[in-house]
Amino acid sequence: MAESPLLEFKNVSKSFYGNNVLNGISFTLNHGEILGLVGENGAGKSTLMRILFGMNVIKETGGYEGEILVDGNLVKFDNPSEALKAGIGMVHQEFSLIPGFTAVENIVLNREPQRKSIISEVFGPRLNTLDRKKMDEISQKSIGTLGVNINKDMLISNMPVGHKQFTEIARELTKKNIKILILDEPTAVLTEKEADTLLKSIKEMAKRGISVIFITHRLQEILSVCDKVLVMRDGVIVRETPADKTTVREITKWMVGREISGISAENNESKIQNKKEIKKIMSVQNLWVDMPGETVRDVTLDIFEGEILGIGGLAGQGKLGIPNGIMGLYEAGGKVFLNEKEISLNNPRLCLDSRLAFVSEDRRGVGLLLDESLEWNITFPAMQIQNKYLKMLLGGFIKWRDEEAIKEVTEKYIKELSIKCTGSQQKAKELSGGNQQKVCLAKAFALEPKVLFVSEPTRGIDVGAKKLVLDALKKFNKESGVTVIMISSELEELRAVCDRIAIVSGGKISGVLPAYTDSEEFGHLMVSNVV
Amino acid sequence: MGKTIIKTDLIDDNNSFMGTVKSAVKSFGLPRLIISLFLLLMFILAPFVGANFFTQLSNTLNRFSWNAVLVLAMVPMIHSGCGLNFGLPLGIIAGLLGATLSIELGFTGATTFWMAILLATPFAVLFGTLYGFLLNKIKGGEMMIATYVGFSAVSLMCMMWLLLPYHSPNMVWGYAGTGLRTTISLDGYFNQALSGFLRINIGHLSIPTGALLFFGILALGIWAFLHTKTGTAMTAVGSNAKFARACGVNIDRVRALSVIMSTWLGAVGILVYEQGFGFIQLYNAPFNMALPAVSAILIGGATVNKASITNVIIGTFLFQGIVTMTPTVINSMIHMDMSEVIRVIVSNGMIIYALTRKSEVSK
Amino acid sequence: MKKNTIVSFISNNLVPLMFVLICSVAIPLSGFSFSYLLAEIVTRIARNSFLILSLLIPIMAGMGLNFGMTLGAMAGEIGLILVSDWQIWGIPGMILAMIISVPISILLGTISGKIMNLAKGREMITGYIMNYFINGIYQLIVLYAMGVVIPIVHSSILLPRGYGIRNTVSLLAMRQSLDNLLAIRIGTVKIPLFTFIVIALLCLFILWFRKTKLGQDMRAVGQDMEVARASGINVEKTRIISIVISTVLAGFGMIIYLQNMGNLSTYTAHSQIGMFCIAALLVGGASVDKATIGNVFLGVTLFHILFIVAPSAGTKLMGNSMIGEYFRVFVSYAVITFALIMYETKKRKALREVGRSLGLSQTRLSQSKQA
Repeated sequence: MAESPLLEFKNVSKSFYGNNVLNGISFTLNHGEILGLVGENGAGKSTLMRILFGMNVIKETGGYEGEILVDGNLVKFDNPSEALKAGIGMVHQEFSLIPGFTAVENIVLNREPQRKSIISEVFGPRLNTLDRKKMDEISQKSIGTLGVNINKDMLISNMPVGHKQFTEIARELTKKNIKILILDEPTAVLTEKEADTLLKSIKEMAKRGISVIFITHRLQEILSVCDKVLVMRDGVIVRETPADKTTVREITKWMVGREISGISAENNESKIQNKKEIKKIMSVQNLWVDMPGETVRDVTLDIFEGEILGIGGLAGQGKLGIPNGIMGLYEAGGKVFLNEKEISLNNPRLCLDSRLAFVSEDRRGVGLLLDESLEWNITFPAMQIQNKYLKMLLGGFIKWRDEEAIKEVTEKYIKELSIKCTGSQQKAKELSGGNQQKVCLAKAFALEPKVLFVSEPTRGIDVGAKKLVLDALKKFNKESGVTVIMISSELEELRAVCDRIAIVSGGKISGVLPAYTDSEEFGHLMVSNVV
Repeated sequence: MGKTIIKTDLIDDNNSFMGTVKSAVKSFGLPRLIISLFLLLMFILAPFVGANFFTQLSNTLNRFSWNAVLVLAMVPMIHSGCGLNFGLPLGIIAGLLGATLSIELGFTGATTFWMAILLATPFAVLFGTLYGFLLNKIKGGEMMIATYVGFSAVSLMCMMWLLLPYHSPNMVWGYAGTGLRTTISLDGYFNQALSGFLRINIGHLSIPTGALLFFGILALGIWAFLHTKTGTAMTAVGSNAKFARACGVNIDRVRALSVIMSTWLGAVGILVYEQGFGFIQLYNAPFNMALPAVSAILIGGATVNKASITNVIIGTFLFQGIVTMTPTVINSMIHMDMSEVIRVIVSNGMIIYALTRKSEVSK
Repeated sequence: MKKNTIVSFISNNLVPLMFVLICSVAIPLSGFSFSYLLAEIVTRIARNSFLILSLLIPIMAGMGLNFGMTLGAMAGEIGLILVSDWQIWGIPGMILAMIISVPISILLGTISGKIMNLAKGREMITGYIMNYFINGIYQLIVLYAMGVVIPIVHSSILLPRGYGIRNTVSLLAMRQSLDNLLAIRIGTVKIPLFTFIVIALLCLFILWFRKTKLGQDMRAVGQDMEVARASGINVEKTRIISIVISTVLAGFGMIIYLQNMGNLSTYTAHSQIGMFCIAALLVGGASVDKATIGNVFLGVTLFHILFIVAPSAGTKLMGNSMIGEYFRVFVSYAVITFALIMYETKKRKALREVGRSLGLSQTRLSQSKQA
């Protein structure tokens, strides 16, 4: 029987604002096949799945090129409900469950079996009453196929995380004509035992003819359940291989391994090699941070004066939590010392007073006053913390804004960082992403910090701007001797800029290596204790 | 060839002209434009229905001078992101306490006014502190709670006006000897204390210089405050609280300070209002003071989290202009007194418009 | 353990318990007889319950206390003004008034719902300002258009100047026509049985409604708009429907309320009704995001006991009846303020709870490590 594959991607490409994020993706998925999809963050996995699932964001940014075929028919989904109709289900990383509803109510959400009545005949089907008995039956059956023991009448808000995950999967399974199920890191929140159960039920599903696309950072899981593994990097599929013919080590290599360019000799003869001359400027001990989605569990780390330390790791492993916790933006515990002096946590002001500065990854949310001028954005922290750009009137009783000094310093930074703008009075929201990022840097530079945290400095900005931003950082480090701690999801970027790189995995530091170490090593650290 | 070029030029000009008009309308706000044009129409029509232009202008200026400080009381809280100060009655109560205490203590003439401000200040600071503390506990739900905090305070004070041991015969009910009257005349006290000062009379035009000057001083004070370090922090908190926090600003303290300032301005505002109006109104009167002030500043171009002194001046002028002009003009035109209804629709429509604006914080 | 449950019971029912306490002091002070009180309470339950029940559905849809229920009340009043002009009295008059009110309520409810959709997260303050705004329009229609644009036949309800409705419209010929239907008397207490049947029917309707698809959708939208939207529920429409239902029911409720009163204060009858209904519901232990039929009846009873006894208790205590009047107004406002504050702090607490539990577990972890 020469049947066509269930799903086929033919040369699919996608670009966001001129940035190619997917390039000529082609693969097939057969009935009942389990496909493992792996790759670093930003490799294009989620974009690929968004295209398949018809998410609005794809259409809004100009659609995609290439063809997608389901059962041999060309499809183009404009929104998720069309994808659902075609039999594609997706379980997201974030739960989309209603907390005050029971498992049953969530499983059949908006697809509840209903009973007609005279009233609903007159006023429309929304006045049908719910058929609770049938709702129970459907849910029970669906939970049963998963092979887990979930109380179907329990409220979601009272459930352990693992059960929530199963409830979501159960919901996808009750959808009529479900053919392809996309699981985006489903085991991330599960205990080992629960994960095993899930893997078993994935195999069960496949036996019943449902195809599964399984995205995870736990490579061992991929090897144990998948038929086929797709490894993505930089928007292309670098390897497609049967799962039983490869190893974790090999996959890691494909994921991160590439010809390294741009690592200068200067970096390689790192300053850290002469460790004895170099002073420890900061020491972090047993830090935990409650940052939603980026939980830090137990981080211990030393930072040396004048270095550029990179912190890398996969998304959700806690690398972003570290600077946010130290700077007091999220609740944190543990000990942080600066020059042997302890810094109290959970108080942004004290951190700033002791000459730490932070460029947040949430540029628009935390980093900028979008509705205010560049002058305000750049000078505000230095004004508030260090009383700069103020005129003291009446013997310091009145601290009057010194508009001239503000303008002067703003123009200085505009020139230095070549910020493209109409003038120092322009509002921050009118700038492009890259220029906004430069404003954030200028804001931190104006504080003249001893230690500067920079979180995801190149996220969401175009290639040209990336280089400018990184160069500015390097220059600042070199010229003012400021210790820089740069957090980034892009390993190559870290390797190009940093002296040492610490990798965070599972909320802990899984290792600190010099930047010139093979990227394969870093890859291993990244997945070493993924939770 | 030449002709075509000229033509396209014209079209381009035309387009860009339409474009500028459109963007001007957009930035100015359609409702504000309509209100301004309406008021302009009123002033144009006034002479035709037999109303003297200068008398009308004087009335508007007069009412402006009564109300401007109350509208100014919105500014600090909007700046710090606490939203529209529906809790204005709290400040008004402080002002009323100041006024009645000042009379009770036996002051007379214009001195009562300054004493009233002095006596109202501790109350305003106390109320403002408590109110600010509360608003910091419920960030995000300020406006609704502010409304009801104001109402609760007003109704609590209704009981207090009856019970507090006031004795001044000019203020208590004659027959019972206790309990304050609903309306207390300010003749002999601070009636026209400011408005009468340096009043300019030219024909039909009469300008309450003193009251305008007093507002000017307060407005200048607020303007200056917003140029200091703390004032800058206040604006930043309102613009993006997360940003301000990351820059080490103590958000709760800045917000509390803004609430105290607004409450104090509310207290002074009601005293200025009373000196112009000539009476102290107690009991249920403060209930109806917040909404006009809120809508005035919105008409002036403020949004839920941005306001300037210019907004206050334009808004109060437009709002009070409509309040004074519509009765005279509309009544004589169609012989129906629709001014109250128009005022209600315009002012509340304006508030709804502001509440539904998505531009709360650009993200 | 037992102590804990008592504490949580008290903290969860603080408002009703406070009211029981105030009432138990005020009732003896007022000196009213038990039978008088009972008769009054029964009347007021019959008069107000329908109006208060109209608040339940928007709460279910997560839109908070519908301060805009006053819009429905105004629609009901317009219906009553028109039927009293057409001299259709009694039950037929009431039914006709209700029929007239329905399209007006639907229109106002839709407008209100749409505006609230534009101001998500600020529904209550928006609804509250909507009251004032629509009240202006109502005055425009009733005070100026009626008798000019809208024909009014009987000059008895018109102002002497020839247009606009008088400040009070007598509904004497309709007075208690619903209440007297099937009314039974036990001692001095008159029980308006038919009114209670109508209220019971509404309760049944609400219970049934919760079991419908639409009711389920509303609950889903109320809890998490984004999830509901992702599952394909039309969030905006569902929210509008909830406000429309509430507005229509409030219109009916107002007509029932006014037939009991026997006259209509054209320009003031609706102005405070929303506030009193909301206060009563909250007194019954409801909150901004949760309200049951039980809350309605407990609330209306407790709230109105206080309303009846406060003035005379005030007179006895302070020698001034106004004190009691002011006191009950103060209590209404204070209850709403308190409930709003509780709601907001609870919301913030829930957010912080997550953080605290993680912090605890981490500290414990590091402690055990050190040990």
